Amino acid sequence: MLEVRNLQKHFGAIRAVAGVSFRVAQGEVLGFLGPNGAGKTTTMRMITGFLPPSGGTALVCGHDVREAPVEAKRCIGYLPENAPAYDSMTVLNFLRFAAEIRGFRGADLVGRVESAIEKCRIEEIRHQSIGTLSKGYRQRVVFAQAILHDPPVLIMDEPTDGLDPNQKHTVREMIKGMAAEKAIIVSTHILEEVDAVCSRAIIIRHGQIVANGTPQELKSQSRTGRLDDVFRKLTLDKEDS
Amino acid sequence: MQAVRNCCAVLKRELKSYFESPVAYVFMVAFLVLTGFLTFSVSRLYERGIGDLQPFFFWHPWVYLLLVPAATMGLWAEERRAGTIELLLTMPVTMMQAILGKFFAAWLFIIISILLTFPLPLTLAYLGDPDMGVIFCGYFGSILLAGAAVSIGMLASCLTRSQVISFVLALLITLLLILAGWPPVTDLFVRWAPLWLVDAVASFSLMPHFESMQRGVIDLRDVAYYLSVMIFMIAAAQVVLDNRKSA
Repeated sequence: MLEVRNLQKHFGAIRAVAGVSFRVAQGEVLGFLGPNGAGKTTTMRMITGFLPPSGGTALVCGHDVREAPVEAKRCIGYLPENAPAYDSMTVLNFLRFAAEIRGFRGADLVGRVESAIEKCRIEEIRHQSIGTLSKGYRQRVVFAQAILHDPPVLIMDEPTDGLDPNQKHTVREMIKGMAAEKAIIVSTHILEEVDAVCSRAIIIRHGQIVANGTPQELKSQSRTGRLDDVFRKLTLDKEDS
Repeated sequence: MQAVRNCCAVLKRELKSYFESPVAYVFMVAFLVLTGFLTFSVSRLYERGIGDLQPFFFWHPWVYLLLVPAATMGLWAEERRAGTIELLLTMPVTMMQAILGKFFAAWLFIIISILLTFPLPLTLAYLGDPDMGVIFCGYFGSILLAGAAVSIGMLASCLTRSQVISFVLALLITLLLILAGWPPVTDLFVRWAPLWLVDAVASFSLMPHFESMQRGVIDLRDVAYYLSVMIFMIAAAQVVLDNRKSA
């Protein structure tokens, strides 16, 4: 469903992503791990068409993000880091805008918005303006925007960052609930999340993939059998350890 | 067709966001008070005893100089600051559709403000017998002038994530384009520069093209001038945003 081919990104002399390749199939939840600054967000931004790649490409449902960006974007639901949304809009107006841009009209539009509101459990705040929401609700509103068009590919950049344990649990349940019919990428640096929701995980460091496997396979790389130790072993620079 | 719909969706959102915050109301009140004050207290519309709106349109470039950058400064700067640009540009819209949607939203917003001055021509028609054709031309020219100012403001807004810098930048560019053809300034230059040079520079200015329309003349060349300013600024905005994205 999603194929990333040797994706690269340079910012001037800095190599943020240095040739990343992987595939995600339907029914998979891929955990995208790495320390801060490893290139997770940059990679996701290239897949979602926000940043043009310096090299390589990504295929989303067969659409090349460089040649057919609009078609590729249609197949993606994206929850950017920190859940950006228009603060002055009400939740309902924001979702209606997202639905309109996704090409829905009339009764179809209303139905889409209502079902997204229901799935993300944000009924009680539908008329509130987004600027007044708590972080958890804000996250769910942007999440609702991402799943509104029932995209085959769902990409989430640190969806549980800054949420309290209950909210984290809710988000994870929502991800699990959709796992079967979608290809999902979740970036995180919270390792418990991998055990909780992911069927496979990739660890990147300095813009390169250093590990790719199921949580069990990754754990077996360390004698202690703990993901934390594998993560430290693979991503820590020698001078830091 | 989907392209037009996308533009409209962006336009609607942008226009709503003006009216969902106090911005729209503060702006409109400021616009009406300012034009009213300048027209009646400074230009003495009543005391002149002439049934036209020349003293009203005379001030428009100066009012736009101050107020249009305030309406446009957030167009892109705010999206970049709040990070919503990432949301907008990962939706299935092209950059040009987003730019045009925003441009027309801001322009439409200014047009609504301009049209709210309608009591003025109505009063004039009640008191005297003004030439409505000339007044119509004045409004038409003013709307085109506003469009050019909006396009300049939008370009300034692409260049930075700070709304203050965006405001000042738009004000400076607009001021430059006003002064280049404003008689008190051109008269100074005529003393030492060759006339053809002064005229050439002045023809890039927003002012001479507006002046003929204030007098009731709609010249296609003036219309073409304003349209080309808008097209140029919109194209420049596209280049700037594309470059920012890949940097």
